[in-house]
Amino acid sequence: MKGYRKYFLNKVVWLLVTFVFAFLLNFFLPRMMPGDPVAAITARLAQGMSNTSGIQKIYQEYADLFGTQKPILEQFFIYMKNVVQGNFGVSFSQYPRPVADILKSSIWWTVALQFPAIIVGWLIGNTLGALAAYLRKGFDKILMPASIFISNFPVFGMAVIMMVIFGVGLRWLPTSGGYGFDMIPNFSANFIFSVIVHYQLPFWSIVLIAIGGQAIGMRSMSIYELNADYVKYARFLGVPDRKIVFYVFRNAMLPQITGLALSVGTMVSGALFAEIIFSYPGLGYTLLNGVLGQDYPLISAVALIITTMLLLANFVIELLYGIIDPRIKAAQAD
Amino acid sequence: MKHTLQQVFHSGKFVVGFCIFAAMLLIVVVYPLIIKDPPLRIIGQGTFFPPGIYVSSYDSVFTPNTYILNLPDAAAKRISSKLDNQERLDIQTWLIADGVSPEDIDITDTAKLLALWEKEYDPNKSFTGMTFAKQRYYQRLDVSLKGLLSTEGVIIATKNPTTGAMEQTGVVKQSDYVNVAEVANVRVLPLGTDNFGRDVLTELVKATGVSLEIGFVAGLIATLIGLTLGLVGGYVGGMVDDAIMVITNLFTVIPPLVLLILISFSIGQDKRGAVTIAVVIGVTYWVWTARAVRAQVVSLRNRDHVNLSKLSGHSIAHIIVSDILPYIASYVVMAFILQISSAILAEASLSILGLGPRTTEVPTLGLMMNWAMIYQAQILGKWWAYFPVLVTIALATFSMNLMNTGLDQVFNPALRE
Repeated sequence: MKGYRKYFLNKVVWLLVTFVFAFLLNFFLPRMMPGDPVAAITARLAQGMSNTSGIQKIYQEYADLFGTQKPILEQFFIYMKNVVQGNFGVSFSQYPRPVADILKSSIWWTVALQFPAIIVGWLIGNTLGALAAYLRKGFDKILMPASIFISNFPVFGMAVIMMVIFGVGLRWLPTSGGYGFDMIPNFSANFIFSVIVHYQLPFWSIVLIAIGGQAIGMRSMSIYELNADYVKYARFLGVPDRKIVFYVFRNAMLPQITGLALSVGTMVSGALFAEIIFSYPGLGYTLLNGVLGQDYPLISAVALIITTMLLLANFVIELLYGIIDPRIKAAQAD
Repeated sequence: MKHTLQQVFHSGKFVVGFCIFAAMLLIVVVYPLIIKDPPLRIIGQGTFFPPGIYVSSYDSVFTPNTYILNLPDAAAKRISSKLDNQERLDIQTWLIADGVSPEDIDITDTAKLLALWEKEYDPNKSFTGMTFAKQRYYQRLDVSLKGLLSTEGVIIATKNPTTGAMEQTGVVKQSDYVNVAEVANVRVLPLGTDNFGRDVLTELVKATGVSLEIGFVAGLIATLIGLTLGLVGGYVGGMVDDAIMVITNLFTVIPPLVLLILISFSIGQDKRGAVTIAVVIGVTYWVWTARAVRAQVVSLRNRDHVNLSKLSGHSIAHIIVSDILPYIASYVVMAFILQISSAILAEASLSILGLGPRTTEVPTLGLMMNWAMIYQAQILGKWWAYFPVLVTIALATFSMNLMNTGLDQVFNPALRE
């Protein structure tokens, strides 16, 4: 168990270091940019105003509100203290709603949409990739080009096409929102049904994209393993085919798990665009609203939350990997 | 070198990808030479004109020659363009609601149907359950049906400048035709116009060029940063390597898109040009190249020929350039191609969020997509505003990935089929 504990501690330290780094970036990056954000906000608010002292007053109000005239280190500590208390400030565009409140209502939509979609896409993609490697011939000939094409397709493109086919053309499913626009969230059967119906299009467009990329990776890993020496040796020994296939796919699977850890960031950021296209009330859509409303506190908080979610997801995958991978098990035995 | 190129061009996947890419480049270069319109000029008054050939109706009346063609189905076509099945059914509905008995209505007999309509229709009549919009629809239908069965021509009259009275200058008969080639003003809009009334095809070609340019610049920057860090980290090793690896690992877990969003937003709309966006994308997308190059360099570092070079007293720069670079060159080219394609996607994603290049100068694929989405082209069924853009993005990334896969198979014999 000692080896595993070391592995675990190593991962925890990395999680903390990356988190601190992400936090620092999130704070300092925008502030390192040329230009005064408060001046920009004032300019936008004071459009068409000719009253100089009025403009001055707006500037002063905002400068005080964000404390931009304090020294940068002091600002940083205030920011840190606030974030620890779950206070991300007040949203500009949805004033006076606090940012934390907006995030609270949108984060669960994203979690409930993206994580199942990515896992389902990963499972289906790996199964298809393994089948393609094992069956070769016709299946492979169709699946491979299709996967390459689909995985190169931008998520927003897939979302738009799914929407046009199933939402606008066939009218099977609603085109936007997380639930019917005439409903108030509650636990009635009607509302749950509406949520499920609205869930389908964003879910499947994320799944489809994930399938393509995973299938390609799994196929080439499986082909590589199928040609490995141990497979030939096992064949000579007369080990049943089914057993060989089990080992091959288990071995091919390991890099795919690391692959998931590394690609989960790309997938999540891609999936945010599916939310945007379908106006799904998750973080992606919140982010879009933040950008449209020039709502800096909101954007910054969404970026921090997305990064944190990804760091945690990565951490969990790596812990799982440590349990599954026999090489780490071997290190534990030492 | 020549041999390698030959091998590369024997790979079917690479050739297909290369052809698609070359065709795109060719169109981007040649199209503006033939059609010299500025891509962002607003020509249409209104949004989303459907694709087709637009013939000036003014000029077609005043063409030098009119031709008389007696086509047997001309009248039927003219009628069906105004009075199709749907309109006939609507008329039937109205008449039944008005109290006409269903047996008297024969929607297949145009003359009888129109006569009945003429007799019964009252534009001010409204039935219970009929919306105002529907009432207006019937009023419009009624106007469009006026004189549908007449075989007379249309009189063209101009105002006499002195008396102000209208004077007949000509008659357009129903059998008059003009040759499109003789009409002074004909504009072909193969992909219609967008929400601002701009020619989508011209805009798309320009946008493809700009997007490829963004991809190229961003890819170049990302590859250079990644290559330098990977080479230095991998070859020099020690503390330098550790430092570089820590940075690389940090940027691996923080998704580049998040950085991209933060930076683009902070730069502000006015300062975001296409090149700025390209630089920002390049600066955030180098991580993968750095990791992979480093891994390869580490495995090359202790090869015999490198050691020999070291013993001969060559400088680090010389060793890296002449003993290590040639071994990873193929990989770097492949990484560069992938960087271009992911930079094109990154630009498109940013633009959809509204963080793309500022919108006044040049179109990009992402911006076109963003405009189409803002004006709800997908809901309104205006496919020409977004579908060609999606196809272009998909073709660009697909072609580059195909080239990449082809190269991979050439340089990695294990992957060959």
